[in-house]
Amino acid sequence: MTTTANQDPEIAPTELAGQFQSPFRRFVSDFFESWVATVAFALFLVIVFGALFAPLISPQDPYDLAQVDVMESRLPPGSMSYQGYTFLLGTDGAGRDLFSAILYGLRISLSVGVVSGIIAMIIGSSVGLTAAYCGGRVEALIMRIVDLQLSFPAILIALMLLAVFGKGVDKIMIALVTVQWAYYARTVRSTAIVERQKEYVEAARCLGLSHKRVLFHHILPNCLAPLIVVVTVQTAHAIALEATLSFLGVGLPQTEPSLGLLISNGFEYMLSGRYWISFFPGIALLLTIVSINLVGDQLRDVLNPRLQR
Amino acid sequence: MTAFVIRRLLQSAVVVFVMSLIVFFGVNVVGDPVDMLINPEADQEDIERAIRALGLDRPIGEQYFYFVKGALSGDFGRSFIFGEPALKLVLQRMPATFELAFTALVMAIVFGIPLGLYAGLRPNALSSKTIMAGSILGFSLPTFWVGLMLIMVFAVMLGWLPATGRGEVATILGISSSLFTLDGLSHILLPAFNLALLKISLVIRLTRAGTREAIYQDYIKFARAKGLSENRIIFVHLLKNILIPVVTVLGLEFGNLVAFSVVTETIFAWPGMGKLLIDSIQQLDRPVIVAYLIVIVLLFVLINLIVDVLYSVLDPRVRIGESQT
Repeated sequence: MTTTANQDPEIAPTELAGQFQSPFRRFVSDFFESWVATVAFALFLVIVFGALFAPLISPQDPYDLAQVDVMESRLPPGSMSYQGYTFLLGTDGAGRDLFSAILYGLRISLSVGVVSGIIAMIIGSSVGLTAAYCGGRVEALIMRIVDLQLSFPAILIALMLLAVFGKGVDKIMIALVTVQWAYYARTVRSTAIVERQKEYVEAARCLGLSHKRVLFHHILPNCLAPLIVVVTVQTAHAIALEATLSFLGVGLPQTEPSLGLLISNGFEYMLSGRYWISFFPGIALLLTIVSINLVGDQLRDVLNPRLQR
Repeated sequence: MTAFVIRRLLQSAVVVFVMSLIVFFGVNVVGDPVDMLINPEADQEDIERAIRALGLDRPIGEQYFYFVKGALSGDFGRSFIFGEPALKLVLQRMPATFELAFTALVMAIVFGIPLGLYAGLRPNALSSKTIMAGSILGFSLPTFWVGLMLIMVFAVMLGWLPATGRGEVATILGISSSLFTLDGLSHILLPAFNLALLKISLVIRLTRAGTREAIYQDYIKFARAKGLSENRIIFVHLLKNILIPVVTVLGLEFGNLVAFSVVTETIFAWPGMGKLLIDSIQQLDRPVIVAYLIVIVLLFVLINLIVDVLYSVLDPRVRIGESQT
């Protein structure tokens, strides 16, 4: 859907007018051409803002026992609290304000997803670059491992690791990194292999630059476009996967109440019709994932040279 | 062709070997094997007897040998909870999982291909854009949350469909499945749709992308120039060509569905392998966990093998390219 919005004929004249646009400016204007992507990006910013400033925005600290009253548990959305504020989204089984719990949960979900994504990106793209640059046996071996891993679904590998290691923040991060690195390695390698044969790399080599310099200063920057797309998509994946594993009770411990755990905690109340305890954390999770995916979608269209006008 | 199959078989054997190493060392080296394999409620004397019985006092290489030997004869130890052989428990639950995954796969094809084709042929229509937006949503919606919402709407609020369990099972031609009874069908509808949702979106996107690319190809133009009817062009020339990637992906996705059924089964209390795994992890029933992991690895290797071979039959370029390298 965003593809078609991109091919709008009316932006062509600005190009023809011969105005100079820096690549970055052009990228930004291309990106915000689609209102869907713009809205998604704004939504993502709001979510990140809400997570970052959760203690300032939320009406109560849901994990401060002094502020939570069990008497107020399972109240429907819009109920008034004794303290005088409204439970916008109701309360959960322990009497916590759901809106506050969601903001705090977002913090955990986002940080676990983003941090493991960054680690996986660093490991994966280094491995992918090495494979492309070395070629030969090293490349064959690395890509065999990548293929092997990608032939198993992410959730299965994560379940395997967690079944062996047990649950915990560090363990789920290990699982998420293990699951994701191969995607980065594959993407970077496939781009780098094309870049490797270009003249500028040859020139850099002829200048006698070190392997490290050629790899990280010359090839890597030219592989960034597809890498950025993979980062967005994989981050969304990581967040969803963490939520799923935590929901199944094999991910984060109860002391780190991410969105997945909030949903899981509300599951038992669902059958008695108290939908909001699971529903609203799910909506928050959904909005996060959808906004990241939509941004990623638009990035793919904007950065894809084949769709370049 | 034979050389291709043999090479793939050898590769699969290597994968199984590597995975058995990983599972074995995961359980025996990373974790504490005494903790992992012996019932934590046993007393000291029992523990020592068990250590000797399991051969945990022997060197690690020898242990691996006995593990493989046991695994080859289907012996992964007894479940702590059920007291039955772990492998038997896993295999007993397998039909229920396959039934669910298969139903989801059928749903993905039945909904996915027509919608994707439509969206690909009319990329600018509002209906196509709605389909694509829906598919993005299908990708982004976390499976487990959709499952909860399905239960909430169809089981709790509307009361149309049951929320948990497998329902009545009937046996036809030696296959017992809940697909053969009305009660069983009503039970499978929600979990199967839940499991299928991601795949429906995937098939829509694949089919649409394939259609969009193929429509500008010379053979389509040629077919048009020949004056073939639009229906013939779409359903014979176009569909045939875009089905290759879709079939491959769907084949691979069957394994994925089996893996993801862990989530769906847990939500809908569907008595399959996935629910067994989660229950076993929670109850620290390690023999069952190990048995499940080995079974699922074998299953995946088998699926990948079949898909590869099928693919080489469908697209001869694959095996030619392979034999040249």
